[in-house]
Amino acid sequence: MESSTRRTALKALGATLGAAAFARALAPIASASEDLSMAEVLQRHYKQLSPDEMKAVLQRLEDETWEQYGAVVDIDDTRPLPDTAFGYALNLSVCIGCRKCAEACHVENNHDRPSNQSYIRVLEIDNGTVDLAFSTNDYDHAVPQKQKYYMPVQCHQCDNPPCVDVCPVEATWKESDGIVVIDYNWCIGCRYCEAACPYHARRFNWTKPEIPAEEINPDQSYLSNRIRPQGVMEKCTFCLHRTRKGKMPACLEACPTGSRVFGNMLDPNSEIRWVLENKRVFILKEDLGTQPRFFYFFDE
Amino acid sequence: MSPLFLLLLACSTDFEHPERAFAEAPASDAPLHPVTIHAPPTLGAVDAVGTDIHGTPLAVSCDTCHGGSDPLAAANANPEEMHGDLVLNHGPISCESCHSKDRLGLHLADGTELEFGDAMQLCGQCHGPQKRDYDKGSHGGMTGYWDLRQGPRERNHCLDCHGAHAPQIKPVKPAAPPIDRGRVQGEEH
Repeated sequence: MESSTRRTALKALGATLGAAAFARALAPIASASEDLSMAEVLQRHYKQLSPDEMKAVLQRLEDETWEQYGAVVDIDDTRPLPDTAFGYALNLSVCIGCRKCAEACHVENNHDRPSNQSYIRVLEIDNGTVDLAFSTNDYDHAVPQKQKYYMPVQCHQCDNPPCVDVCPVEATWKESDGIVVIDYNWCIGCRYCEAACPYHARRFNWTKPEIPAEEINPDQSYLSNRIRPQGVMEKCTFCLHRTRKGKMPACLEACPTGSRVFGNMLDPNSEIRWVLENKRVFILKEDLGTQPRFFYFFDE
Repeated sequence: MSPLFLLLLACSTDFEHPERAFAEAPASDAPLHPVTIHAPPTLGAVDAVGTDIHGTPLAVSCDTCHGGSDPLAAANANPEEMHGDLVLNHGPISCESCHSKDRLGLHLADGTELEFGDAMQLCGQCHGPQKRDYDKGSHGGMTGYWDLRQGPRERNHCLDCHGAHAPQIKPVKPAAPPIDRGRVQGEEH
């Protein structure tokens, strides 16, 4: 009789502890801020979403943008075009380092305003070297300076991307048209990819991005320029919300010197193919074996 | 299939939903949209001293003096004085290397007459590599579509970036740099 009571008591204690542990485990969800909804916690990986599920996710994200930023936006799931392999080339002989590309990226991709971030860093380098250790990216004098050249660096959309290899949760991957993307809702913010990238092409959202409603670009895509949550990585997507619809990337349109050449490398008549076949192109840090889809060249 | 296999399938991110694999591509034989060349405001005008209230450099249209029934009457009077504010810094060429003496227009080195709208041919006869690169799409800014099946493209004219009389691009103030966390300005990295 006594042991039975003891067993009952232990069971009750166990059940209580179990319930308490369960409640404790769920506490982060219960006490989560308004920024993190239950629907987001339970959302599946981007690749696994059915068209209907995707539609619901996009609607939720549009609603959240309205609630948090006061802006009406249109978020699409822009998929790659078939038979397309994007390539990008940049003519270092004509780039003057004006940062118009970075400025256009900042606006197009809904970057955090206070930190003035963009996916492009323009390096000012002494003529005669490509040693990036002696470059600066925060120059603020008239450009171009004598005896300097300028090298804008952004995501190289590598065919052998170290950033994808190191992601512990498969939140980043390479798509069929060559663009390396991030599922911002799957990313856990460990920053392994930022450390792995030899081009410093990935950024971390240390804070919740601040953008006035009237400055938000409403033409958005799930994998590219929708406003990223705090605590996740972000990167250049060759403006896939534009380029997958046939348009030029924003940085190319903004370039006043025409240093940038973009197109489909599978099209033998494309401008990018002419550059690759006729200019002496090089890739940055070739020895690392990353196989970029971003090429640099000098005019002869 | 066993339930365990289904569970594994559900957990793997290699599974891509087949209905969302690709966007719909335009037909390979779709008609191509046109590539046009922007008409620069400086074409058929010369720079004047000063800027307007928007900071845009002032320019005087050629027609201001060369309009009317006898377009060359004004010019032939005293061309050096009337074009005195115009800075010519374009190598060892003279006015008449490009401008016709007896008509309001341009001419190539072999004497072929050109209208102002065809000025790019004039640039190309000396700047061959740049003209070639332009024709192949690797020199000169542009806007619009890389895929002409989906939309048109507009290319910059030579004169959108280079002045005809002083073509060297002047230094500009760059857009603001990023403010990187924990970084001291001016420090090399």
